[in-house]
Amino acid sequence: MRLWFQIRLLLIATMIAGCAIPIALAAQRQNRSVVVASKPFGESYLLAEMFSQLLESRGFSVDRKPGLGATEIAFGALRIDAIDVYPEYTGTGLIAILHDTLPDSVAADPQAVFAHVASRFADLYHVRWLPPLGFQNTYAIAVTRSTASRYHLRTLSDLARESSHLTAGFTADFIGRSDGLVGLSRIYGLRPRAVRPLAPAVKYQALASGAVDVIDGYSTDGLLARYDLVTLIDDKHFFPPYEAAALVSNRLDSQMPGAVAALTLLSGRLDEKTMRLLNRRVEVDGEDVGRVAGDELVALGLTGAVHAAQAAPSARQSGFVEYLWDHRATIATLTVRHLELVAFALFAAVIVAVPLGLGLERTRRIAEPTIGALGVLQTIPSIALLAFMIPLLGVGVAPALVALWLYALYPIARGTYTGVRDADPDAVAAAEALGTTPTQRLLWVRFPLAAPVIMAGIRTAAVITVGAATLAAFIGAGGLGEPIVAGLALADTRMILSGALPAAALALAMDGTLAIVELLVTPAHRRKQFWRRRTEGPSG
Amino acid sequence: MPISLAARNVSHRFRNVVALDDVSIDIPAGRATALVGESGSGKTTLLRCFNRLVEPERGQVMVGDEDVREQSPVSLRRGIGYVQQHDGLLPHWRVLRNVELVPTLQHMPDYSDAARHALELVGLPWAQFGSRFPHELSGGQRQRVALARSIAARPGVILLDEPFGALDAISRAELQESFDNLRHDLTVTTLLVTHDLAEAGRLAEEVVVMRKGRIEQRGSMRDLIRAPATDYVARLIDRARAGLEALRA
Repeated sequence: MRLWFQIRLLLIATMIAGCAIPIALAAQRQNRSVVVASKPFGESYLLAEMFSQLLESRGFSVDRKPGLGATEIAFGALRIDAIDVYPEYTGTGLIAILHDTLPDSVAADPQAVFAHVASRFADLYHVRWLPPLGFQNTYAIAVTRSTASRYHLRTLSDLARESSHLTAGFTADFIGRSDGLVGLSRIYGLRPRAVRPLAPAVKYQALASGAVDVIDGYSTDGLLARYDLVTLIDDKHFFPPYEAAALVSNRLDSQMPGAVAALTLLSGRLDEKTMRLLNRRVEVDGEDVGRVAGDELVALGLTGAVHAAQAAPSARQSGFVEYLWDHRATIATLTVRHLELVAFALFAAVIVAVPLGLGLERTRRIAEPTIGALGVLQTIPSIALLAFMIPLLGVGVAPALVALWLYALYPIARGTYTGVRDADPDAVAAAEALGTTPTQRLLWVRFPLAAPVIMAGIRTAAVITVGAATLAAFIGAGGLGEPIVAGLALADTRMILSGALPAAALALAMDGTLAIVELLVTPAHRRKQFWRRRTEGPSG
Repeated sequence: MPISLAARNVSHRFRNVVALDDVSIDIPAGRATALVGESGSGKTTLLRCFNRLVEPERGQVMVGDEDVREQSPVSLRRGIGYVQQHDGLLPHWRVLRNVELVPTLQHMPDYSDAARHALELVGLPWAQFGSRFPHELSGGQRQRVALARSIAARPGVILLDEPFGALDAISRAELQESFDNLRHDLTVTTLLVTHDLAEAGRLAEEVVVMRKGRIEQRGSMRDLIRAPATDYVARLIDRARAGLEALRA
């Protein structure tokens, strides 16, 4: 009976702490601005920025959430009205979200595909596709000009014929998707000699350096032009049409028709050639996304010049130090946000995991299973955990905090339980025999003796959390992951480093600070030994 | 005030191993009694029944005139001194604070004076040793502190569980001597568990030989030597004697 009571207490404590964070942060979602999001690649950033500036020029306030994880996270967020609009492609909607297969006659017709996808989305998810923006961005299987001439490659059928001589470098996403390598192999019989999974940011360099012979790109990629690549023709019409359009949430559609009307102004206004140029300015020339988006809106006559680029032009040639200096305000803001995420998650984890560890010491039968379960949480990939949390908590700070909190529980609970359990058994036994209460033993003996071990667990959790918090960017929570994700999408090393270096410094600073705390909570007798070792040297 | 101890028809098992098998014993107030036997004889189990570290399955355990079950374990233990084989000092507390533990638990107003006096009694001047940490003392000194801690609140009974078992021979002899002196200064009932017959004979007025959870014989050391009640007691004495003979040769 007593055991059950204690287990119940533990569960209740865990649940209260688990609920407190999201409830406290729920208020944040109550704002009336339009939440504009993008997926983590260059064109998506650019289109989202155009949406944002267009809305701002019409008097709407905009909350930007660029670089959301991937299709599951961005669409998951839109479905529950956590975001209002993001750029999506009909082919992705058809295959990655609806998992539909269409008869060939329909699949080849962009308008028919759009009509199908739009009506299915409205029925299933109450989500609206605005009329297409005017261009397609399909998968582009590309080779260098020299490879093309050497093997006489013009179409994907040619490529399949020669594929046993060629090494492919594809993004992980493409390798796994049914509208990617899986389907290509089936339809064309494509069998490359080897397939290397590559990050989007490095695949063009890998192709140019000869490390791979063939890559998957997007037909509007700015980099296709830069490296003078040949895009092979999809002669069997395998790829569905990927028409770009704004995908709009039910909430925006029903509550802010003005914003929807403003966004519709872009429909049909962007062609493939324009997009390739704009992407090139962002991805190759390193121009600021805000500036490129603003210029184009002015050129289309949709905004006045006022809304063009507030940010100073930052040519990619300028030095890294200069870049950091130019962006110091942004980096400082992101660092503070990062620190807030880490501090709140860590604090909440300490509040829960330390009492949990202490409680488990009293109910040892359930200790190992409980801590083991927390350990299993560590093995869930963070993106999966974030995606899983969207239906419950939407996007932004709340799901990120809960995810970070979950990851921090294990090292702290483990450290607390082990430290308290293994605290000097003779001292504990003597204290019991001399008439101390269990609480007195915990507070006077076990807890002080375990303090350094508990602190070591908290230190580990802190460093893990600083690293994991960079992933919060995938779910729109900000922090130093934001420039990392954006830098990867825009192939901008300086941008990546402007997030990665402060994050590393933060981890070191955190570890150092907590090392001092660890020394301070070390019981006096051990601290004295510590100093004596220092002063007497090895002979002591 | 010394307090008497009594066990009546006490039996206890750990899982299915019999530790105490219908044991009855009276330990008069103010006397020193030693429980002697090998490991598994039940001597430590019997000792631990008196401060409820073991709750026997059957039988009655008395401290003074009261059944131990009528008091909470915590308040019962605060009135009983206890020394274990490994000192069990709280390593993060200084010596004086360790000795103040039980006086503090009993809310004695002069807890610090009581602790200082106890340290003097065990031969550790508090001015010199009070502010040290346990790890700064020798094993023998630590065990003296443990002894001081057990008597600081002036209990009527002290339970000692192999208190000198982990010490080297010389510290052990010195500590036995201090303990013997101490016991005659304080008026306290002492129950000592030891596997060493010589130690029992030296420190206790009465020796209780235990084996397999039962009492084999009980009496003064002289009685045991003169008339061992069982073969086991006779062998125990022979073996102790053989140890001494070896030294003489």
